Amino acid sequence: MSASVPTTRLQATADAFLTRFAGIKASLPGDKSLRERAAATVRSKGLPGPREEAWRYTQLRPLTDVTFETPLHADVDAQALLGRLPEIAAPHLVFVDGRFRADLSTASSMVRTGAPSFGSGARPDFDPMVALNTMLAEDGVAISVPHDVDGGTIVLASLATGQNGRAIAFHPRHSVNLADGAKLTLIEIGLGDGVYFHNPVVTVSVAHGASLTHLRLQTESEQAFVLSTVYADVASDGTYDSFQLATGGRLARAEIHATLSGPNAIAHLNAAQLLAGSQHADFTTIVSHDAPNCASRQTVKTVLTGKSRGVFQGKIEVARAAQKTDGYQMNQALLLSPDAEMDSKPQLEIYADDVKCSHGATVGELDAEQLFYLRSRGVPEAEARAMLVRAFLDEALEAITHEAGRAAMETAIAHWWDRQA
Amino acid sequence: MLEIKGLEASIGDKQILRGIDLVVPSGEVHAVMGPNGAGKSTLGYVLSGRAGYEATAGLATFNGADLLDIEPEERAALGLFLAFQYPVELPGVGNANFLRTALNALRRARGEAEMDAPGFLKLARAEMKRLSMPDDMLKRNVNVGFSGGEKKRNEVLQMAILRPKLAILDETDSGLDIDALRIVADGVNALRGPDFSALVITHYQRLLEYIVPDRVHVLVSGRIIRSGGPELALELEANGYAGMVADAA
Amino acid sequence: MTAVAETLDAVQSATEGGYKWGFSTEIEMDMAPKGLNEDIIRLISSRKEEPQWLLDWRLKAYAAWLKMEEPHWAMIHHPPIDYQDLHYYAAPKKKAGPKSLDEVDPELLKMYEKLGIPLKERAILAGVELPEGEAPQVAIDAVFDSVSVATTFKATLAKAGVIFCPISEAVRDHPELVRQYIGSVIPAGDNYFAALNSAVFTDGSFVFIPKGVRCPMELSTYFRINARNTGQFERTLIIVEDGGSVSYLEGCTAPQRDENQLHAAVVELVAMNDASIKYSTVQNWYPGDAEGRGGIYNFVTKRGICKGANSKISWTQVETGSAITWKYPSCILQGDGSVGEFYSVAVTTNHQQADTGTKMIHIGRNTRSTIVSKGISAGKSNNTYRGKVSVLKGAENARNFTQCDSLLIGDQCGAHTVPYIESRNPTAKLEHEATTSKISDDQLFYCRSRGLSQEDAVGMIVNGFCRDVLKELPMEFAVEAQKLLAVSLEGSVG
Repeated sequence: MSASVPTTRLQATADAFLTRFAGIKASLPGDKSLRERAAATVRSKGLPGPREEAWRYTQLRPLTDVTFETPLHADVDAQALLGRLPEIAAPHLVFVDGRFRADLSTASSMVRTGAPSFGSGARPDFDPMVALNTMLAEDGVAISVPHDVDGGTIVLASLATGQNGRAIAFHPRHSVNLADGAKLTLIEIGLGDGVYFHNPVVTVSVAHGASLTHLRLQTESEQAFVLSTVYADVASDGTYDSFQLATGGRLARAEIHATLSGPNAIAHLNAAQLLAGSQHADFTTIVSHDAPNCASRQTVKTVLTGKSRGVFQGKIEVARAAQKTDGYQMNQALLLSPDAEMDSKPQLEIYADDVKCSHGATVGELDAEQLFYLRSRGVPEAEARAMLVRAFLDEALEAITHEAGRAAMETAIAHWWDRQA
Repeated sequence: MLEIKGLEASIGDKQILRGIDLVVPSGEVHAVMGPNGAGKSTLGYVLSGRAGYEATAGLATFNGADLLDIEPEERAALGLFLAFQYPVELPGVGNANFLRTALNALRRARGEAEMDAPGFLKLARAEMKRLSMPDDMLKRNVNVGFSGGEKKRNEVLQMAILRPKLAILDETDSGLDIDALRIVADGVNALRGPDFSALVITHYQRLLEYIVPDRVHVLVSGRIIRSGGPELALELEANGYAGMVADAA
Repeated sequence: MTAVAETLDAVQSATEGGYKWGFSTEIEMDMAPKGLNEDIIRLISSRKEEPQWLLDWRLKAYAAWLKMEEPHWAMIHHPPIDYQDLHYYAAPKKKAGPKSLDEVDPELLKMYEKLGIPLKERAILAGVELPEGEAPQVAIDAVFDSVSVATTFKATLAKAGVIFCPISEAVRDHPELVRQYIGSVIPAGDNYFAALNSAVFTDGSFVFIPKGVRCPMELSTYFRINARNTGQFERTLIIVEDGGSVSYLEGCTAPQRDENQLHAAVVELVAMNDASIKYSTVQNWYPGDAEGRGGIYNFVTKRGICKGANSKISWTQVETGSAITWKYPSCILQGDGSVGEFYSVAVTTNHQQADTGTKMIHIGRNTRSTIVSKGISAGKSNNTYRGKVSVLKGAENARNFTQCDSLLIGDQCGAHTVPYIESRNPTAKLEHEATTSKISDDQLFYCRSRGLSQEDAVGMIVNGFCRDVLKELPMEFAVEAQKLLAVSLEGSVG
């Protein structure tokens, strides 16, 4: 078997990151022992390989083809990229090439900047991408919404300039904390040009009765590697409502761990992936029902053209104590070209008996009969297809109640569709 | 004869029935009417032994046998039958199989010989014809995919086949159109006789036009506040529950 | 007492009531020493008077096995298996063929009686020839421990051109067929347990249905595990040529034992153009006691290939036994228009662990597969469905429908669903649905208010839950399967 070859290459890439860590660790902010622990994980486990079950459908081998250089941060001009941000009237926190840019951002009393914010919940000893992030995180924000305060909307944007052809890697680390009864809509936007590796980790803590709407618009460079991880903990009566739209990245993975730790907590992990060319995107969720009477909902839609490859892995875990759990998960994929591929692994792991859990998955092409019906009514084929694809996506999109956020998603979908035509 | 004395019952910590006294002699049909939340369905559940509906005081006997301390199937063997307001779906369980198993369980409990499949089918088909139910109803899974009316008719079919001595009809009229209502009522009326009694629980007087009761009881807040002849139902229809509650207070 | 708590009690009394069919028979054994090495493999091969090519094939499998590791991806846990602490060969001492039941070893007959095998079948099992014209409709190739003690209906089947015999006999009488097909579906080095089986298999059945022949009767085998510490390594090979069809039944019960017993069978099916194979299993091996001690470890590799166009392979299984079940009967849908089916009921109670499911590999055009899996977990057991549906690039218009339902009884058990859905062809359509539920209090009360006992109500609801699978079983097995479900879950029914 040739499996040993990529493993070695992955090891070489992991070693390169370890070397970078050795070079900068003296100047890295924060808890040194946490960094060393993360480095130990990277050293012992390296980057996840093809034999790791959680990564069976997403292989990091293409990452090993790239040598990541030290980023240049002085005088980086991001004006052109700023112009590509959707218009959302809300305070913006802007990162360029992984560094916070106060000059492009809005100050807010709820936001602390200047250093990575590690939060709690993410597991550097367990999760290889979190380990890599924890070892190398150089910047980030901490957003805290106090007790019973409606924090409104905050935009967290990551712009990657491509550094005139220098491939760089950045590992921002953010935390979001909502105190009891607090509210916030966080809109994360990632976009950029050229080759780079964006490896953000966000830890989310939603306290009793609090509610976070987390919208994520991933329209990064189609040459980029984007591996993001979210760890969200939701306390009693809290809500974590997330939606991710991914159209970017050469190799992308969004991994969300949501733990419903108090009774009556709710998690929505909805997503849409639109892929073309030879893009690969993976949406992986792990919802842990640890307390009784919690509900989780996931609607994940994937549209694939060209030689793209979509992956969905969704796991609902129901602990013994989590009676009256209501878990639902639906994953649907549309294959619009003969060379597209979809891999779906919806998983249930259940240890409580009084639960209602179900999942469904479908993979197929556009319904020929619907298409014919539209065409027989005079709608041209291309338009009919667009109409059906939009209808397909709407089921996931309709859960977004934030108007500007939803408009941004819809614009991104329209742009993507125009690019395919 | 059903005899209920001072019956109190709770769901969890919440007391629902606050001392019911009621006698339904053999051969009689009694109606229990009352507003939503009065405890009508609870009365049916307590009598038929549903878990979670606990009798906390009082007595209920049927033909002298104490009902409250025995299992639901033992009550069924005594001749009790609850027609459910919301009949339960049993996926994968064929209607015929279910009915025959139930019938033979009852026959066994009563020391009667079990009925073989051909005999049962003959009986079931005859009853279904009377209830205007299509034959394929027997092949379908118990209540799965049944319309509201079909479910209620299925309850009446079960009653016709199991031949209870005491039928408790829990809002059997709800969700029925006039034709279905008539069929259901015919099914009940066909069972009427000296050895059959029924407790018809209903919110509206409509059903009682078709199943004419010997007595009508008005249940409000867990107590029977008035009893009378069939004319009581008409009075309720005309004046509503509110007036009667005020009168009783 | 709440209805659910009563259900738990019913289940408990059923499972603690002991294994109804736990017994063993005392029959003299001819046994190889414990342990596994090349010499043991040579011994097995020479006892079976095998040709050199088969010995070489075994040794190659053994060499591959030595380099492999036991798989750990399944949701099962067990103490390490000492492969050197097992006997790899045991055979009942040979006797002359009996002329009537009177001549049959009474121990053997007693065993059949306990199994509830009808009198006529007992005679068949024991190798007594029945007079012409009395032929029952079931042909049984009984595997008693490792060597077949009886093969019947040869004449009837031979007339139709069907070969149905122990695989060792097939090696002797039809070496070209065995050589052509053995390992052709499951290569010797396919996985750890298949490699082990390939090295040491001692017996099993061989079925060959020639062109255009519909096998005139259901074929069935009763597998028995009987000797202390004897691993069973059955190997079954079924080949159906163009237009032929066969229905094969496999049923198992096993004697109660304290030691864990390893079973690693391999079943290979080959269906040519328009051929159809229906393979049904009722598995009720000793599951261990209420504390989880003892019980069979069942690591089985079953795979069929729909080689020809419009061929069909259908697996139906009812699994109630074994301490550990690791089993994924699969279909490779190579021929255009071929059909694969998997219908499964898996019941686990006490400390049982089942990790079972299927693989449907769609290669040909217009291939279709259906998966219906019903898992029932009670006690402290864990029940996992693991299945893969893979549509390869050329599988135009492939269709899959998967339904996996889990039923939990009690809050100390686990039910898990691990599907892998892979599509490489846009014209393919795959649908997967999974649900988890419990027997609702409402359902129980409804049944009981109609006069059914708690046990009957549970039995009825569980059988209803499994109906879509049970109806796929041949009549002979459907009754036994329902009985098994009842015994496993309801209390010993009286």
